[in-house]
Amino acid sequence: MSAALQARVGQRWRKPAFIKRPWLRYTLLIGTFLYLVAAIASIEVNWSRVYEGLDRGVAFIASFTNPDFTSRATDIWEGMIESLIMTVASSVVGILISIPIGLGAARNIAPLPVYVICRGIVAVSRALQEIIVAILLVAIFGFGPLAGFMTLSFATIGFLSKLLAEDIESMDKSQAEAIRATGSRWMQWINYGVQPQFMPRLIGLSMYRLDINFRESTILGLVGAGGIGATLNTAFDRYEFDTAAAILILIIGTVMFLEYVSGLIRARVQ
Amino acid sequence: MLRLVELDKTYPTGDKALKSVDLEVPQGQVLALIGPSGAGKSTLIRCINRLVEPTSGSVFLGDVDLTKLGSGALRRERRRMGMIFQEYALVERLTVMENVLSGRLGYVGFWRSFTRRFPQSDVDEAFRLLDRVGLLEMADKRADELSGGQRQRVGICRALIQNPALLLVDEPTASLDPKTSRQIMRLICELCAERDLAAIINIHDVALAQMFVQRVVGLRFGAIEFDGPPDALTPDVLTRIYGEEDWEATIEKVEDEDEMVTA
Repeated sequence: MSAALQARVGQRWRKPAFIKRPWLRYTLLIGTFLYLVAAIASIEVNWSRVYEGLDRGVAFIASFTNPDFTSRATDIWEGMIESLIMTVASSVVGILISIPIGLGAARNIAPLPVYVICRGIVAVSRALQEIIVAILLVAIFGFGPLAGFMTLSFATIGFLSKLLAEDIESMDKSQAEAIRATGSRWMQWINYGVQPQFMPRLIGLSMYRLDINFRESTILGLVGAGGIGATLNTAFDRYEFDTAAAILILIIGTVMFLEYVSGLIRARVQ
Repeated sequence: MLRLVELDKTYPTGDKALKSVDLEVPQGQVLALIGPSGAGKSTLIRCINRLVEPTSGSVFLGDVDLTKLGSGALRRERRRMGMIFQEYALVERLTVMENVLSGRLGYVGFWRSFTRRFPQSDVDEAFRLLDRVGLLEMADKRADELSGGQRQRVGICRALIQNPALLLVDEPTASLDPKTSRQIMRLICELCAERDLAAIINIHDVALAQMFVQRVVGLRFGAIEFDGPPDALTPDVLTRIYGEEDWEATIEKVEDEDEMVTA
């Protein structure tokens, strides 16, 4: 037995620590704990206000037991239809635009200038929260679903392009290389060597985004960008909690349905 | 037919993968390129069709210097060089037929290839090639449903449908069992003989190379160390290429196998 082996046999073996320097490791650990304690202590809770508010909360939840679908039926119906149209239209437009941007944002297939521009578009789209974009677009285009549609399309581009680009960056290089070796053009290379690799992910992400866009479309109404959110907002403003409950139930049902369908489709495209 | 002149490749990391390699391959000759991992075998064949850009030197295919070509002209020349890959490199989510027809991409326009409406002559040739390698009934299967040996046969069809003058073959048997390895090597060499194709085959298995090829080139540290017929590979030569090791077993095994094959 060699000396090096002799020294190790009979000794305990532990996985090396992620942060090697013990003082740094413990400083970080204790620091995190202290910060957490300080942060929780800094939250101010007005317990008497919470006690008063509980009644309202109960009234709100109680209204779910008798949701009112009928008295505002036409408003609810129109709002739902508007939301669904916004969702589908913005998803389709957003997905179509995000495919070229996603290709451009993948470092392994795009030249540097294209990459920088496409990453820039993605960064801007992701940095701006939907509500902020919606407020801006409502100011430009006025109240209504057009602003909502544009907001959701814009948000879809950021989301889908980024994830698509990351999928392309992690693709199998040899498959793409083999297609390049046949003397294919760039477009053929993408179509044969790259597209088959990212297609399942694109379909999965698109379904997921459709689902997100519907949920977002219910919020955008709060800032006047159309859809069921506008109807919901009106119901709250009039203290018609039973109508609001009916709308929320419809939203929850639709989201669950979309979730189920998109899960089904994603499982099948692998 | 193929001539490499003072071909150099230095990677951005500073690794000198090829050092002034000169090599000439006449039409119809099948050449095995052997050498230890990292000797530059893969780089050498990728420098020929410029999947890897050589640093300096020239590659002549016929009279054309491939290293001087612009992207359009390079694409046209790549059609004359079929490539067969380690781990097959089939596009896994495409069908066998799409994979084979992708060898015609250099000849058809984008819309034709996008809509998968290839000229009838290409389709017929694809079926003929699949039949030749015994995979006709697999045409509409997805490539990832096939076994390793079957996939490599599809890879061979993809290279041949280009109607190439030269085959570049990178470790064709690296992930195959010994029997399938021999079948694949035999198939490649038979097809080269049928079509009078030159081929450069990177291969780790020295014994397998000796069984099938007419000429062996040994690469060490990016330079040619040996160039000669397979039976000139003595233990001495192998030591020069790979380093010190007992080579008798490797070479003896070849002789045994040769007897087996002829028997």
